[in-house]
Amino acid sequence: MVTYQDGKKILVTPISAEDLKDIHIGDIIYLSGSLTTCRDVAHRRVVEEGREIPVDVRNNAILHAGPIIRPLENDKFEMVSVGPTTSMRMEKFEYEFVKTTGVRVIVGKGGMKENTANACRDFGCIHCVIPAGNAVVAACCVEEIECAEWRDLGMPETLWNCRVKEFGPLIVSIDAEGRNYFEEKKIEYNERKEAQIAKISAQVGFIK
Amino acid sequence: MNKEAMVQKMTDMMAKFVGFTGKKLPDDVIAKLEELRAKEDSPLAKVIYDTMFRNQELAVKLDRPSCQDTGVLQFWVKCGTGFPLINELEGLLKDAVVKATFATPLRHNSVETFDEYNTGKNVGKGTPTVWWDIVPNWDGCEIYTYMAGGGCTLPGNATVLMPGEGYEGVTKFVLDRMTSYGLNACPPLLVGVGVATSVETAALLSKKALMRPIGSHSENERAAKMEKLLEDGINAIGIGPQGMGGKYTVMGVHIENTARHPSAIGVAVNVGCWSHRRGHIIFDKDLNYTITTHTGCEL
Repeated sequence: MVTYQDGKKILVTPISAEDLKDIHIGDIIYLSGSLTTCRDVAHRRVVEEGREIPVDVRNNAILHAGPIIRPLENDKFEMVSVGPTTSMRMEKFEYEFVKTTGVRVIVGKGGMKENTANACRDFGCIHCVIPAGNAVVAACCVEEIECAEWRDLGMPETLWNCRVKEFGPLIVSIDAEGRNYFEEKKIEYNERKEAQIAKISAQVGFIK
Repeated sequence: MNKEAMVQKMTDMMAKFVGFTGKKLPDDVIAKLEELRAKEDSPLAKVIYDTMFRNQELAVKLDRPSCQDTGVLQFWVKCGTGFPLINELEGLLKDAVVKATFATPLRHNSVETFDEYNTGKNVGKGTPTVWWDIVPNWDGCEIYTYMAGGGCTLPGNATVLMPGEGYEGVTKFVLDRMTSYGLNACPPLLVGVGVATSVETAALLSKKALMRPIGSHSENERAAKMEKLLEDGINAIGIGPQGMGGKYTVMGVHIENTARHPSAIGVAVNVGCWSHRRGHIIFDKDLNYTITTHTGCEL
């Protein structure tokens, strides 16, 4: 569901396709509820190996990240530091991953491409970025690590299922209509780049 | 103090300094980020800067690394030939990284190539990277420390241009890299450019350029002019913080240069992310130290 608090728009898990309808690229939102770290090998296991994901991410959120975790007593863990990793590495798997798992929100770093955009449009999902390099802010939004699965993958790649509170800010980079913020921006950037190359080149003819 | 005690002392000091640089940004970077933050007015840029500054405050308060990617450690050493620990220096820097890795903590970022396993100690064959500049007739030692994170290492590139491509070719080489890889490298970036005679000379200079204080300029008038042109040009592309759009994309552009072969222009680009974790410490022969990058840092 969607709630509002102190001017913040907060998605609370479980999230429905309907909840994503009024969310558009460039919007700033927050997430409360179930967020599971999930990256390279976990995507490969689900998509290529056809294994069932051991944490239920349906109508919940995943985070492309490899955190620093401190083990506590009684099989509990503390999130010390967590920041997003480059989402593009998961692009190859993301259409099938979203289709299979029913995940609603993907959080990561930088843009993704048409595989993910198509999945967002076809299955009702969004991709967001959390400003990178802010590992302490992100770790402080984690209230508790509820479970850890596929631990054989080691600390960075384990599925750390977290209960988060107002995790963010999250900037929507692909919305459920399939619009892609970074891809649209890149067209602008490239046009301006060509103009700047011409402008600078006119002033650096040092070899005469 | 005997040699052994001195080695231990310098190892401990370098371990503390490395750990400190992972938690607090240098003064010049903070000042520049404050300046750029004040000049941005879009809601996205503002929320990104607010997050960055809150993160840096929390990192100091909670005594944690500000970014989870604490990089591969790189050291640029300018060592006097008379510095008493010149023989032990490379070994003690490696020990200092191991010590800092467990004390800080730092992420384990050394994967042995070909054997492809993580050493679990943050050091390996050739890591930390140590570059040497030997200074004759001096008994001190100056060390730049740098945490080279994965995101801002990726845009690195070097090539050799034909002279016909000229400095216009250098411009295109740098700007192309900004719109392809720069977006994901955590802008606002510090951009280092090496202009020299071959790939390795240019590449080394492009990283060395990132050690210069922000706001410094090349001594060569034309190179300084090009630094300004590239800075304004990259900003005008509008990539902004985190690549999401904004007025300022770079904290600066630094060019370092050497002479070149008449038939070649070696050019390289290297970038530092906004979390530019660079430190600079100078030791005298008795291991009294001066830190130029971080006011208030005591080891």
